[in-house]
Amino acid sequence: MRYESPTTTREAAALLAKAKGKAFVLAGGTDLLVRMKSGLIDPELIVDIKRIPATQSITKTAAGFRIGASVPGTQVGASAALKKAWPGVVEATNLIGSDQVQGRCTMVGNLCNASPAADSVPALVAAGAKVAIVGPQGRRTLAVEKVVVGPGKTSLTKGEIVESITLPKRPPKSGDAYLRLIPRTEMDIAVVSAGVSLTLGPKGVIKAARVALGAVAPTVVLVPDAAKAIIGSKLGPEALAELTAACEAACNPIDDKRGTVEYRTEVAGVLARRAAKIAYERAGGK
Amino acid sequence: MSGVHVSTTVNGDATEYVCHPGETLLDVLRNRLGLTGAKEGCGTGDCGACSVTVDGSLVCSCLVLGAEMEGREVNTVEGLADGGTLHPLQDKFIEHAALQCGICTPGFLVAAKALLDRNPDPTEQEIRYALAGNLCRCTGYDKIVHAVDAAAKEVRKQQKAAKKASGKKRR
Repeated sequence: MRYESPTTTREAAALLAKAKGKAFVLAGGTDLLVRMKSGLIDPELIVDIKRIPATQSITKTAAGFRIGASVPGTQVGASAALKKAWPGVVEATNLIGSDQVQGRCTMVGNLCNASPAADSVPALVAAGAKVAIVGPQGRRTLAVEKVVVGPGKTSLTKGEIVESITLPKRPPKSGDAYLRLIPRTEMDIAVVSAGVSLTLGPKGVIKAARVALGAVAPTVVLVPDAAKAIIGSKLGPEALAELTAACEAACNPIDDKRGTVEYRTEVAGVLARRAAKIAYERAGGK
Repeated sequence: MSGVHVSTTVNGDATEYVCHPGETLLDVLRNRLGLTGAKEGCGTGDCGACSVTVDGSLVCSCLVLGAEMEGREVNTVEGLADGGTLHPLQDKFIEHAALQCGICTPGFLVAAKALLDRNPDPTEQEIRYALAGNLCRCTGYDKIVHAVDAAAKEVRKQQKAAKKASGKKRR
């Protein structure tokens, strides 16, 4: 195995593209090293991207907040401006593991590990986040929900690296929230999760919304019907009932020791309702 | 397999080593540098027995590569005491009998130190959350939480005294 720590993303992409065997990107390593140790993967090359300045910081740009691919959870949690604009995304990211894991784990790593139960991902999908990808063919931008295509699988091609993630600029009267169900208080994998982001128009009527569910399908799913159910409403009982039905209809979960199909499906609706209420309050709705 | 040469700082001392590219920081500390305080409990980042700080950030050293440490600052439980004087956390762990077999203790001490460095006056809930990544299978957690609470009081007392002393000097 080789270890490389380039200082530009292009260099990193070139190293990955040229690798003869299996090559992996190392940011926080909280998933990668576990997979290496368990023998699931046997890398020929590890490309550590933490020395690349473009991956290291959170910056506020005209397009919104740009979060580098090697920014750890603790740094995300320490950004007051980010927390104010996207509290749901920050809370979701800070739910990943212990303080020790937070010291290393990254949003982009959580995304590219491609688990259907990844905590930050439903919040990022609800937020309408986009990733900046650098590869041998140059740069491209991709919606976050297009990155993961199945458990452990992404749409990235050989040599491509996600350099950063951008959360869009926040209109006034917007709010987001993320909730997950686990059978304990923390340190667990989501049985079901839901992320909601919304913006209010005049008189507290929802004018834009995005709803995403985690751990109820092979990938995190964006549920446009759930968003439609609450757009134009003030989150009254009828809209919430429609939201619940849309979320339940979008579920295609597995049956395992964490939860049955029926349980996961029902809880998805419950969490989406609760997350929508929190997001609505955060947006200033009453 | 070629080795990676690393120059880094461990507990304030400039340190150099050559390690395998896939070797963890935990293995480097224990097997190459003789620092056996950090323990391997699970090897998957779940138990916290291998906790150390890297550039001030609390991490599981079993999930960090030794090769990544070029130019970083690593602090382990071995750096906690000031020469022969134990850190208040170490004193209070002994006083409150917050350990039995001792395997988890170095990790708890390092994680508790990281907590007190950023929050010298934590509530019981904050202590419990901050130590949630450290597992103990002997004593249970109450004694550990009480020891950290007592150490926090002691640290605040020492900080206050140091502030007073430096204030006097300036006058």
